[in-house]
Amino acid sequence: MAKDIKLKSTFEEIIKIIEENSRVLDLGCGDGELLHQLMEKKNIYGLGIEINTDEVLKCIKKGVSVIQEDIDEGLDEYHNESYDYVILSETLQTVKRPDYVLNQIVRIGKKAIVSFPNYAHISTRFQIMFLGKTPKTKILPYDWYNTPNIHLLSIKDFKEFCKKNNIKILKEIYFTTNGKKFFTFGFENLLAEEAVFVIQKKELTLF
Amino acid sequence: MEKNGNKNNNSHQEQKEVIIEKDSVGIVKKQNFTFAEPPNEMILESGEKLGPITLAYETYGVLNKDKSNAILILHALSGGSHAAGYYSEEDTKGEKKKTGWWDIMIGPGKAIDTNKYFVICSNVLGSCYGSTGPSSINPKTGKPYGLDFPVVTISDMVKAQKYLLDYLGIEKLVTVIGGSMGGMQAIEWTLQFPDIPQSAIVIASCAAQTAQEIAFDAIGRNSIISDPDWENGNYFNKNKKLKGLAIARMIGHVTYLSEEGMEKKFGRKLQYDKKYSYKIKPKFENEPADLSEMEKQFDREFAVESYLSHQGKKFVDRFDANSYLYLTKAMDYFDVAAKYGGGSLVNAFKRVKAEYLLISFSSDWLYSAMESKEIVRALRLNNKDVSYIEIKSRHGHDAFLLEKKSVTENKILSQAIKNFLSYIKP
Repeated sequence: MAKDIKLKSTFEEIIKIIEENSRVLDLGCGDGELLHQLMEKKNIYGLGIEINTDEVLKCIKKGVSVIQEDIDEGLDEYHNESYDYVILSETLQTVKRPDYVLNQIVRIGKKAIVSFPNYAHISTRFQIMFLGKTPKTKILPYDWYNTPNIHLLSIKDFKEFCKKNNIKILKEIYFTTNGKKFFTFGFENLLAEEAVFVIQKKELTLF
Repeated sequence: MEKNGNKNNNSHQEQKEVIIEKDSVGIVKKQNFTFAEPPNEMILESGEKLGPITLAYETYGVLNKDKSNAILILHALSGGSHAAGYYSEEDTKGEKKKTGWWDIMIGPGKAIDTNKYFVICSNVLGSCYGSTGPSSINPKTGKPYGLDFPVVTISDMVKAQKYLLDYLGIEKLVTVIGGSMGGMQAIEWTLQFPDIPQSAIVIASCAAQTAQEIAFDAIGRNSIISDPDWENGNYFNKNKKLKGLAIARMIGHVTYLSEEGMEKKFGRKLQYDKKYSYKIKPKFENEPADLSEMEKQFDREFAVESYLSHQGKKFVDRFDANSYLYLTKAMDYFDVAAKYGGGSLVNAFKRVKAEYLLISFSSDWLYSAMESKEIVRALRLNNKDVSYIEIKSRHGHDAFLLEKKSVTENKILSQAIKNFLSYIKP
């Protein structure tokens, strides 16, 4: 349930960001709900990529175009800047090659939107500190051995990655545990449980 | 369905009952439509003229007032117009009921719901199940065409189907759907008549046959034409069972299965004995007394050999060797990029207006996932609406025509079709 609330509020933010009639590619689109809402509210041309058969079938039922494939592999096929937005919502931490995927989405999309749970949130820090175990939270409910979240990261990690890879952060939005947007006074890495970033490939400036 | 299934197993007596399931289209009738009477023959892709042409077809469900709820089913190489239901009460009896080839997908409440849709399936031009083909009588000679029958293409098949739609007064199709050669026709529909199908469902198919696919077809054809009984295509009325056709079918069958599927089904099992015979032409003590003469001529020591010889024999009983030559040739000539895109698949799909659903099966090495994905890519690059599912299966190319309703492949396939169609508004 908590996960749904969080998704709902990140979805709302993402929908706000995307302009009408945009071309949107949603990687790891799940049941296609975000694309479906974008189609209804922003009249976008959308395409989802999803690996799970049940989710793919749900997309099709909603009339969301979806391709069943592995985003760790098929992204080379997509042309440069062929979409206005590439969305990577709650998916980054589950892919095998996050570096490959992140570099691909800023290539394929004029802009990209990434959302992920912040692994350095105070609650997970406490759990490691005092329980000495891999943290479990409402949005990260799995045990260490069965989690699909194989590349958990913090907000700081993400920002560092962007800097190293010439990726510009255009916008950052943070959410608390109950899905509320809030201003972090620079303490987002400690206090935000969920983050949404709008990113873009930096133009290479020639001197 | 299950209830009826149980009933069937209960007693011999009940097996004889006429049981038509609630979700069956019931007893259906094959119909004929003849067109292209000379001098208005149909011009074929090759430039040759053909006429008159008869198409055998069946329909299920009711065409609505504005004729907007029609779906066209497109069959594969060895299929016919009988896609669903039964031809007679006799066909509903016994353990193995004789239903149409895609009965599990077509019927009231099924994936292709005949309560909603008017479903049409016609036998392709060049085939041997009632439509004009090489075994039909050539009106000029009064004898079967044989090799005088002009070569037809996938494009010609579709053109002929368009005549049928015109005759039925149908200007729009909710979808065109088919697997394998049926998928090729579905693709061709969206290119030759982009304004007619609102959507296309293409299963285990391709936009052009690969060298490997052509190669297997060639072996099949060579097997037929080197059978002395084939007599250059003039074997008609001689009641000859062509071994060449049986072998062609065996080759085909191997390409329809997968290594894993065959291993699971046959392994290295021997058919009759526990030990090797150490003979090239062994005699089997335990073979069934009623085994056909043709099967007796084939290798049958291993279970897989026996299976192939049985499949070969069954096929010879129901299919025409010349049709096999013509239809495989039609598939080999199929090349969307060449015909519509000057060599580029992306260019070819520019004209598409239909929304696409493509489905492939993981172990299908004949029409591989790669081939479907190329179509997906070409459509995507043209900003067309396209969805794609790769269904996990060990049944190879055959996975799109599995008989059991309960297998995962059919469940996913049926759900995918249902979900996709629910979104296409007639």
